[in-house]
Parts: sequence; structure tokens; C-alpha cells
Amino acid sequence: MKKKFKDLLHHKYRSRTISFALIIGAYVIIEILMHSIRLSRLFTGMLVPCCCYIILALSLNLVVGFSGELSLGHAGFMAIGAFTAIIVSGLSTKMIPDTTIRLVLSILSGSVLSGIMGLLISVPVLKLSGDYLAIVTLAFGQIIKSLITNIYLGFDSDGIQFSFVTNELNLEQGKMLLSGPMGATDTAKISNFSSGILLIVLTLYIIYSLIDSKYGRAIMAARDDRIAAESIGINILRSKTLAFVVSAILAGAAGALYALNYSTLQPAKFDFNTSILALVYVVFGGLGNINGTILATTVLYILPELLRSLQDYRMLIYAIVLIIVMQLGSSVRLKRYIEQIKNRFTKKGVTQ
Amino acid sequence: MNTPVLQIKNLGIDFGGLTAVNNLNMEIHEHEIVGLIGPNGAGKTTVFNMLTKVYDPSRGHIYLNGQDIARLDTVAVNKAGIARTFQNIRLFHNLSVMDNVKAGMNNQFTYSIADMLFHTRKRRSNEDMIEEEALKLLKIFHLDESKDTMAGSLPYGAQRKLEIARALASEPKLLLLDEPAAGMNPQETEELMETIRFVRDSFDICILLIEHDMNLVMNICERIYVLNYGMLLAKGNPEEIRNNDKVIKAYLGD
Repeated sequence: MKKKFKDLLHHKYRSRTISFALIIGAYVIIEILMHSIRLSRLFTGMLVPCCCYIILALSLNLVVGFSGELSLGHAGFMAIGAFTAIIVSGLSTKMIPDTTIRLVLSILSGSVLSGIMGLLISVPVLKLSGDYLAIVTLAFGQIIKSLITNIYLGFDSDGIQFSFVTNELNLEQGKMLLSGPMGATDTAKISNFSSGILLIVLTLYIIYSLIDSKYGRAIMAARDDRIAAESIGINILRSKTLAFVVSAILAGAAGALYALNYSTLQPAKFDFNTSILALVYVVFGGLGNINGTILATTVLYILPELLRSLQDYRMLIYAIVLIIVMQLGSSVRLKRYIEQIKNRFTKKGVTQ
Repeated sequence: MNTPVLQIKNLGIDFGGLTAVNNLNMEIHEHEIVGLIGPNGAGKTTVFNMLTKVYDPSRGHIYLNGQDIARLDTVAVNKAGIARTFQNIRLFHNLSVMDNVKAGMNNQFTYSIADMLFHTRKRRSNEDMIEEEALKLLKIFHLDESKDTMAGSLPYGAQRKLEIARALASEPKLLLLDEPAAGMNPQETEELMETIRFVRDSFDICILLIEHDMNLVMNICERIYVLNYGMLLAKGNPEEIRNNDKVIKAYLGD
């Protein structure tokens, strides 16, 4: 038992321990606050989306940070997860009255479909590299969004009806699930903060399991040096595909959770801006840095909401903060400073 | 004599109109340390790149233990039994020293994605076993002390040694070393020669090395091939090469 505890703080596992402590700690504190004092709507409304963006950013970090390929279309995977979840949840409302089971089923199907799409897309995408790859992921993100924008889907007692581009559905007392650019309306809100936290924990578990294994080493080796990795028998394409598909699965799960937190959701939500936003979180948090990603996402997601009172100046200030922070974050002097402080702490730990 | 480990027959490659290597014939037998030398631009590294299929040879055959590997890709060539180091060190800079070697052992792991995800006993025992093996390998190169250091922050000489360790980790039958002593001081070079011999004996492999340090080449190579302008200029044991007029001319000019 004592050894187990020591292992948790071993430098190899420290990042993992901090991640889980961070998430569970935040959960406990917020739950206590929620039950003791009245938190504002604004605050409680941010919790689930924040969880979703954390999962999205973590999944993107897998591709950008660990696999070293720039993806500009991750919102597309989020969209697949989101609208799959809406459809599954809508269709199974009567069959599965229990919201928890329905939520799990919806998220599961959203992430599976997103993973399948990720696998299909990875075939043309991973033939490329560098800037070309990034541009193609951008294109796929747009294609997915445009496709969903043109889907009309509903169901009634006769079954599911589907049409493309224009609405030709005749539903008799049925329910529209997707109505083109209007997206989903009247969705049952079945996500909650606890499920968000649970999904983050699961995401962290998957990512840490992966990067600490032979698969993770192959992914990172392929990132650091392609030719050297091949020379010791690592299959580059297989490694990159694995990272891409796992990332798509997680992004899909994030989308599913996100969708089931709102009663209405438009496909336009998952445009290029969302992909870039996730990229900002990842870059700000540090490529390949999991805890950094979690913190960066939280701060950068909450900040614009807090600045809402500044109205028109909101995005201006957000942008300025972003520039300052990025400048500071890439400053060598600051990094050295942090390193020194870190060393002081770890040295103390040794002598004790 | 039994079949050679490596047999190169009429190997050649053209880059556009330029013939970089032509009509190369070489043989390496079990347990041999063979040198490949020649003036700058003679095509030595190109030969290595053809052997590991970084380049596709335009002509000829490469047999490894009798199997033609000239049509395989780089990954398959490694699996067939050739590992190499690079002239301009190519380590996984952001991985630890230990993980660099473990990456080299990637194909010796047998656990599946499900084992990975559920942290099964198979994964654990696999990882433990590989960790032990990797540590043994690092000890040979005196790198075990710095196993948790990032490979990119190792000193130059240690990086060269780590690259050899990583190549050995993939269990090759033939090891290709591209200027292993480049940038090392005489004492380090001396040490390296010991290590190369030790590696050959304890892993029972054969080694082909490119090197400009004639002291090293003449000391540890049993046979030497001399390349000039992409063609074989001479071959023989160190004594023969040292006294070969054509070789002296190629190196020193008329």
C-alpha cells in the first residue's frame, strides 16, 4: 500500500496523479459549493460545456501534441458525436426512460460513429504530412458540418424519415430530430456535470494508458523522427492512424455530451472557429502537456464568459490576454524561472 | 564457407541523370566487422540508405541470409534483420533515454490494444520484461545512469551510443553504423572500439561501418571495402588496403 502511494508520486506517474487529483478536486469543490451556496446560473451553465471543451482539447492534443500532426477539423468529429447522440437519444426516449442509460448509450454511439469516421478520413489524410495534412483536415471538418447542415431527420409512429437538402418529411404527430441548418430543437437535456467529470476521467484514463504503452511510444517516436522510427521497425501509418482514431472517438464523446446539455443546437456551432478554439487551448496548455491542456481550457473558456459584462470590449480584451499569455508562455526566461522553482521543490522532496 | 549474412549484387542507384552508386558487389559473413570507406561523396551513406530502403535501388539485389530484401520497405527490412545508426544523429529527442531503447524493442511486445486499455497482466509482464532488457542494453553503453534524461539533452558522444543501443534493441542480425566515432575524442573512440567488439561478440551479429577515423577502421575491421565515385575501388584486409596504390591515390590525389 505504501509502495503504491510512493508510485503515485514517482516522476513517471506524477503528471497522471496530478491530472486525476485536479479533476476530482475541482469536482468535489464545485459540488460542495453547489449544495451550500446558491451559484449563479451563468456559472453552473458553464460547467458541462467546460468539461466538453476539456475533452475536446485533450483529444486534439493527442493528434497535435503526441502524434505531431496538425488537425484543423476536430470540431467535425465533435459534430458527428453531437448529432448522433441527439438522434439516438431522441429515438430511444420511449424505449429507455432512464436518462443515465440513455446518456451512456448516446455518448457511446456518438463516439463510435465519430471513431469510424475518423478511421475513414484518416486514410486520405494520413497519406499527407505537415501543412497539407492540416489543410485537408480543415476541409473534412467543413464537409462534415455542411453535410449535417443539410440533413432533415424525424420519426413518427411509422418509423424514421430522412431527407437531404430540403425538408420533404410528412410527420404525423412525430418529432423532428434534425431540421437542416436549424439543427436540433427540443432535445431532452440529459447531460450533467457529474457525467462530464466522469467522461474527463475516462478520457484521461484512455490517454494515459495509451501514451505509456508501446503504442504511445511508437506514436511519439514517429513524431520525433519518421525515418529513425521506420529504421527500428515502427509502422508510422499504423501509429498515426491509432492516434487519429482514438482522438476522433474522444472528440465524438465530447460532442455527444455537449449536445445533450442544450435543448437546441445548430450545426453551425461546430464550424472552423470551434476547431481553432480547441487548437488555441492545446497550444496554450503546451503540446503534449495534459495538465496544461486542462488548465488552459478551463481558463480560456471561463475568461470570455466572465468578461461578458464588458460587452463590446469582451473579445478585444480576450484577444489581448491571449497575445500576452502566448508571449509569456514562449518566453525562455520565464521557463528558466519556473524550472528553478520546480528544482527547488523537488530537491526539498529528496532531502526529506 | 556458408552463405553470407549480407550479399549485395550489382547494386546501383540513379538520381535523375546522376549515377550515385553503380555495380556494387559486397559480402558480409557471420561475425564479421567490415568497414566501408571512401572520400567524401563516394556514396557510402547512399549504400546504407539503399540497404535500409530509405532509397529504392535502381538496379541489383540485396540478399539477407539468402532472402532478397531489395523490394521490401524500411520497416520490413528492419524486421528481416537490419538496423542502423545515422550520420547526423536521429534520436527521439523528446523521449527519455529508456523510452528510446524501448521504442527500438517495439516489435518484441506482444500485447494487444485491449491489453493496453485494461492494463492486463500480460501488458505488465511484457513491459517489465522489456524494461529489464532495455536496462541491460543501456548498461553496456554506460547509459543506465541517465535512463530518465531526455535523449535530446544528452551530450553528443552519449547520443551516438544511445543510437547504437536503440538499433541493437530491434534485434538485428546486421548492424550498420554510419560514422559512429564522428565528433568523439581519441579516448572516446578507443572506448567505442571496445564496445563495438563487445557488441559483436555478445550479440553474435555482424557489423558494417562507415568511418573516416582510419585508426578505428584499421583497428577493428577485418575486411574493408573502398568506394570512390560510387564504384568499388578496392577490397581486402586492412594491410592490403593500406598498401593499395589506388586507394592512396583516391585519398591523397596524384
